[in-house]
Amino acid sequence: MARYDLRINGKAQTVESSDADKPLLYVLRDLKLTATKFGCGLGQCGACTVLIDGAAVRSCQTTIDDAKGKPIVTLEGLGTPDKPHPLQTAFIKEQVPQCGYCTSGMIMSAAALLATNNKPSESDIRSALDGNLCRCGTHTRVLRAVMAAAGQGG
Amino acid sequence: MNAPFKKSRFSRRAILKGGAITVGFAVTGLPGRTLAQSAAIAARRLDPKEVDSFLAVNGDGTVTLYCGKVDLGQGLRISMPQIAAEELGIGVDKIKFVQGDTALTPDQGRTSGSNGIQRGGMQIRQAAATARKALIDLAAQRLNAKPEDLIASGGEVKPKAGGAGVAFASLIGGRQFDLKLDPKAPLKDPATYTIVGKALARPDVPEKCFGTHVYMHDFAVPDMLHARVIRPAAVGAKLVSVDEASIKDIPGARVVRVKDLLAVVADDEWNAIRASRALRAQWSEWTGLPAQADLAAALRTDPGIVDETLVNKGTPAAQRPDGAKVLTATYYWPMQSHASIGPSCAVADVRGDSATVWTASQGTHGNQETFARFLGLPKEKVRLIYLEGSGCYGMNGHEDAAADAAILSRAAGRPVRVQWTREDELGWDPKGPPQLIGISAAVMPDGRILDWRTELWIPKTTRGMPNIPLLAPEAAGLDHVPGLNPGLISQNGDPSYAAESIQVVAHWLKDAPLRPAPIRSPGKPANCFAVESFVDELASAIGADPVEFRLRGLKDPRAIEVLKRTAALMNWQSRPYQVASAGNGIARGRGISFVHYKHSETYVGMGMEVAVDRTSGRIAVERVACAHDCGQIINPDGVRSQVEGSILQTISRVLMEEVKFDRSRVVSVDWSSYPILRFSGVPKIDIDLIDRPTQPPLGAGEAACAAVGASLANAVHDATGVRLRTVPFTPDRVKAALTGKA
Repeated sequence: MARYDLRINGKAQTVESSDADKPLLYVLRDLKLTATKFGCGLGQCGACTVLIDGAAVRSCQTTIDDAKGKPIVTLEGLGTPDKPHPLQTAFIKEQVPQCGYCTSGMIMSAAALLATNNKPSESDIRSALDGNLCRCGTHTRVLRAVMAAAGQGG
Repeated sequence: MNAPFKKSRFSRRAILKGGAITVGFAVTGLPGRTLAQSAAIAARRLDPKEVDSFLAVNGDGTVTLYCGKVDLGQGLRISMPQIAAEELGIGVDKIKFVQGDTALTPDQGRTSGSNGIQRGGMQIRQAAATARKALIDLAAQRLNAKPEDLIASGGEVKPKAGGAGVAFASLIGGRQFDLKLDPKAPLKDPATYTIVGKALARPDVPEKCFGTHVYMHDFAVPDMLHARVIRPAAVGAKLVSVDEASIKDIPGARVVRVKDLLAVVADDEWNAIRASRALRAQWSEWTGLPAQADLAAALRTDPGIVDETLVNKGTPAAQRPDGAKVLTATYYWPMQSHASIGPSCAVADVRGDSATVWTASQGTHGNQETFARFLGLPKEKVRLIYLEGSGCYGMNGHEDAAADAAILSRAAGRPVRVQWTREDELGWDPKGPPQLIGISAAVMPDGRILDWRTELWIPKTTRGMPNIPLLAPEAAGLDHVPGLNPGLISQNGDPSYAAESIQVVAHWLKDAPLRPAPIRSPGKPANCFAVESFVDELASAIGADPVEFRLRGLKDPRAIEVLKRTAALMNWQSRPYQVASAGNGIARGRGISFVHYKHSETYVGMGMEVAVDRTSGRIAVERVACAHDCGQIINPDGVRSQVEGSILQTISRVLMEEVKFDRSRVVSVDWSSYPILRFSGVPKIDIDLIDRPTQPPLGAGEAACAAVGASLANAVHDATGVRLRTVPFTPDRVKAALTGKA
């Protein structure tokens, strides 16, 4: 069993794995960080999106070996009910999720966008989230929430 | 003393400890096997004719609402408590909500057909009204007052004239009502509502935004194995051999096989996945599927056809009057997947003589007997507990995954979690069936419609089917009921407009190419696509404006208002279809449609503005306008969210979606071969909700789906002069139509 030093949500954690190719998605879920969802395992839907070095990545396509040593942020680490991220506040205010299975990935992709572009246009948001699929059809609310989180509500 | 109840009527043995016990395990993810819970289960009444089956007034002043319908993301977690709280006279924050547990909640039928509020909610309203009457009668005794001088409000019964009241908990806390639902129990006057009709926030939303919501996929029990089912290489293939040595190097992984149900299990999920990829198995050859290209034609000539006249109004004209224009057209809607974002998942613990199954099924109660049958257990020994999954929009793979888990758990002797793959979900979820629809009618220059005839070629639901046949019992050779169950797919084959005669004939097919199942708004998106497109074809034939043409044939004032308000949202200018311009640029057009869902439920008007790129054939829906009348609105934001979802999901189905298959199996098994709508394709949406507080509430979960196809096709026709009659409207298909090759 090899040991991997991970930095997840600001906390150092050592994880053992016999497989260097184990996807980060399962590493996180084994650690009970279940906000990050399995959707396709193919990098096509965005449900498993997390931040690594501030960039949105698909955790199903990122191996534990790739992720070691780098700062990883999941939805649980982005904000909490006591200290919500502006996106979480906006998603709640706009009542975005229906089933909500895609919500975690949506918020993480949007967080990566806002970190580099704090006043995105609606078109910027559509581009940044185009790889995040939603089946319930909450897209218009997602767009409103991300605009609102960037202080461009109304 | 004319006491309405003797004290002995309220059983003291059935003490419910606040209801929190039942909610607790779902939130913490622990299995529901505590002693406290067992005690509660023993005490639960489940008869949907009894008030106690729905409501328990707890000693701490809260009320637990036991709901057989489940929240799939459509918001029953708030709308059902709103109904109960309003009718009882208590704050909605005092209501605890327990859903879809065969040991705790009454059987209110599947959460399907958009009838959660419409039927299930009304049972709850009646239970609460009956309970309120009982509480007032009890308080009348206690306060030595007349019932008519008392009011239930804020969790207590108090004199209308003012003065001290008595709390519900003090009147009956922890005891049972022992009352049947009273259909005559007076309901509150909607004019006095303070909770129903409010856009209260859904309680699951914060959890979903902080990642703390426990989905089916996140649920675990101690000592649980992770399983992956190995699907056959072809739909009807049998397992020939398994090479168990092929996974010997993967820690803890082993094969579990029950006849043709093949799976790998491991303590660690990733090892189960690795084993599923490494396992070598040989399957028999099978090529029983029809050729995809011939499917629509094959439906019309299927030898298993039984004809049934569904609608027969008026008499077709013996001789058509001069000036009648006769039109015929054929429309096709393909097989589609529910295409949930999270592949199906379930956990089951089947050991000894009992089974507990955690499932995201829309019908926990309805599946109790099905699961008991294939497990060979008495029904009362099988408990199904609902946990929210990824949205299912009908019957996706949730129930199959639950059956997989149940059979594998028994075989493995441990609790088993089954997680489907993306390929499993798109390949093996039961499908919305293909629908072929032929329509003919004549239209007079003044807009009169003559001789309307619709023919539907659709699979017939097998009589008495409890559910759809599930994959695992079939593969494992266990007892199950075979047959078809595509849902109520023959409704709305007739127009909402006056016609001198209307006939609808179903040519029922005995089979379907892949296992059919209800998919959101079963059958209606296709039927209304055909009917409302054809209405536009008639209007176009006489040069009439599509809104005026429709209004001419409507009498129902609610229908007329919905259509007029849709036109107003669209800023609709009266004109016939524009003469399409030729060329290679972008062509823009508008379309409208109207649906009275099932001809008895929600009214929907839908307008669209589209831009068609003549070069690429790509359709962009730029704007959707929808007026929506579902009677009394319980939660306007909930309705709005459902209407938005119905519109976007169905735009996806109309523009992009078709299950692809070869002669052996489905081949559209990922998001590139089965694409769905992305942000780049999302239009602006304007919704006008018409609230009718004094009318019964009607379903809002799927009616709007039915209006999408025709509105879109009519807008494309307005833009280009081309009539699209085959879904999906892919760029290739649109280009072929534009160049006259379709």
